[in-house]
Amino acid sequence: MKKHFPLLSSNVIYLDSAATTQKPQVVIDAVKSYYETANANIHRGLYDLSIESTRRYDAARATIATFLNAQPKEIIFTSGTTAGLNLLASVLPAIIDGRNEIVLTELEHHANIIPWQELAKRNGMKIKYIRLTPELEIDYEHAHEIITENTAIVSFAHISNALGTIIDAKRLIHMAKQVGALSIIDAAQSIAHIHTDVKDLDCDFLVFSGHKAYGPTGIGVLYAKHDHLQRMPPYQFGGDMIKTVTFETATYADAPEKFEAGTPNIAGAIGLATALTFISKTGWDQIVEHDAKLMKILRERLDSNPDIKIYSPSSSTNILSFSIDKIHPHDVASILSERNVCVRAGHHCAMPLMHKLGVPGLCRVSIGIYNTPEDIDKLAEALERTKEVFA
Amino acid sequence: MHSLYKEHILELYRNPENKHELENPTHTCREHNPLCGDDITLYLKIKDDIVVDASYTGVGCAITTASASLLTDSIKGKPVADVKKLGAKDIIELLGIEIGPVRIKCATIPLLATHNALEEKND
Repeated sequence: MKKHFPLLSSNVIYLDSAATTQKPQVVIDAVKSYYETANANIHRGLYDLSIESTRRYDAARATIATFLNAQPKEIIFTSGTTAGLNLLASVLPAIIDGRNEIVLTELEHHANIIPWQELAKRNGMKIKYIRLTPELEIDYEHAHEIITENTAIVSFAHISNALGTIIDAKRLIHMAKQVGALSIIDAAQSIAHIHTDVKDLDCDFLVFSGHKAYGPTGIGVLYAKHDHLQRMPPYQFGGDMIKTVTFETATYADAPEKFEAGTPNIAGAIGLATALTFISKTGWDQIVEHDAKLMKILRERLDSNPDIKIYSPSSSTNILSFSIDKIHPHDVASILSERNVCVRAGHHCAMPLMHKLGVPGLCRVSIGIYNTPEDIDKLAEALERTKEVFA
Repeated sequence: MHSLYKEHILELYRNPENKHELENPTHTCREHNPLCGDDITLYLKIKDDIVVDASYTGVGCAITTASASLLTDSIKGKPVADVKKLGAKDIIELLGIEIGPVRIKCATIPLLATHNALEEKND
């Protein structure tokens, strides 16, 4: 598998896929090919290049829709998860019928907290956070208590980027539906690790980033049920999202165009579609088995080290966070880096969570499709050396 | 890449210098780097514009800890005016290692705390 990923030929032990994934040659080739052979602005050109560019772009949208089991008109291209969440925080007030509470979880990434804080400030709304159990799983009893008729929105990460906790999405979505609240899934960490079927999940919205799914940076997706998109007002204004324009006023296009003002990241969309096809071709059975196998080895190696405290629940499959007694996470990551092992250390854009856990930060290991048992061995060795350095 | 974790840095991490509160400090300041969780409180005793004593408490990575130890050591007995002139370059020299852009904040937090204490700017 590693041979498909050109960057990994340098023998770096890359265990930070939760931050960003490495790219397979096919994705790099798709982006390169677009710029070399089909680059033109989409939609309005009457010449062959533009027609081909439009064809590739539309095909990309269709591929992504199929990947999620959605309709192309329900797929909006964004610049990433953060942009998608900001878009939702900006326009959802128009369709929440006067409800004034937002429910998040204590696990959330800043991108799924701050837009809601700002919305709450603007509109006098209140945010409630679903608590974690001592095992660092979601407290579903507590969720049930705080998701009420006042709840407008329930927004949560399918997999926590900071701890790897997997949330029972269907369970929370069901609770939201019972009270008529909208549900949003932040699928940034799950899109490449859990087979995501939006019809089966029945979420109202879902967001993810291409660069976390072996695709390019600067591209992401917002999935939304078509009925919602009809009722939602546009977020950014300009070309392509209009029907007609006079000097005084404008009428707007239907979704998805209504939410895609300006020239999009065409190359990014094509690269993303190629990446998702790569994932589909790899096969979900293979992906799930691979994550489980490596996570098992990783846990065994870390468990056998008495100075290491693991902060991820046993159910996590692709992300594991830990601390080493008496050694600051920054120092751990620096020393690992000296041995060519890449992990992330810090608050992982989840400061409230770190504060709750009482830690300045954690070290995080995350698994990608290209990682091998040997990578985990090298990590474990490097951690042993780290202990020795500080002994 | 040369290791940041030279023996003198590690030694200071294991056995920090001046890591304690000061009794009756004349100036204190707490600085916090939310990006990584380094959290340092700097204590100074100033008399007649000379730093008579300096110490720190707090939590930090090896770079921050070493920097706080070396800095507090080096400013004892120095005129306040000289301490105010210290910059990142001086810290790097004190530490004796090549610090890249990612860790420079770790190295300079104790200096920031010192300067802010002198300005009586507290958190």
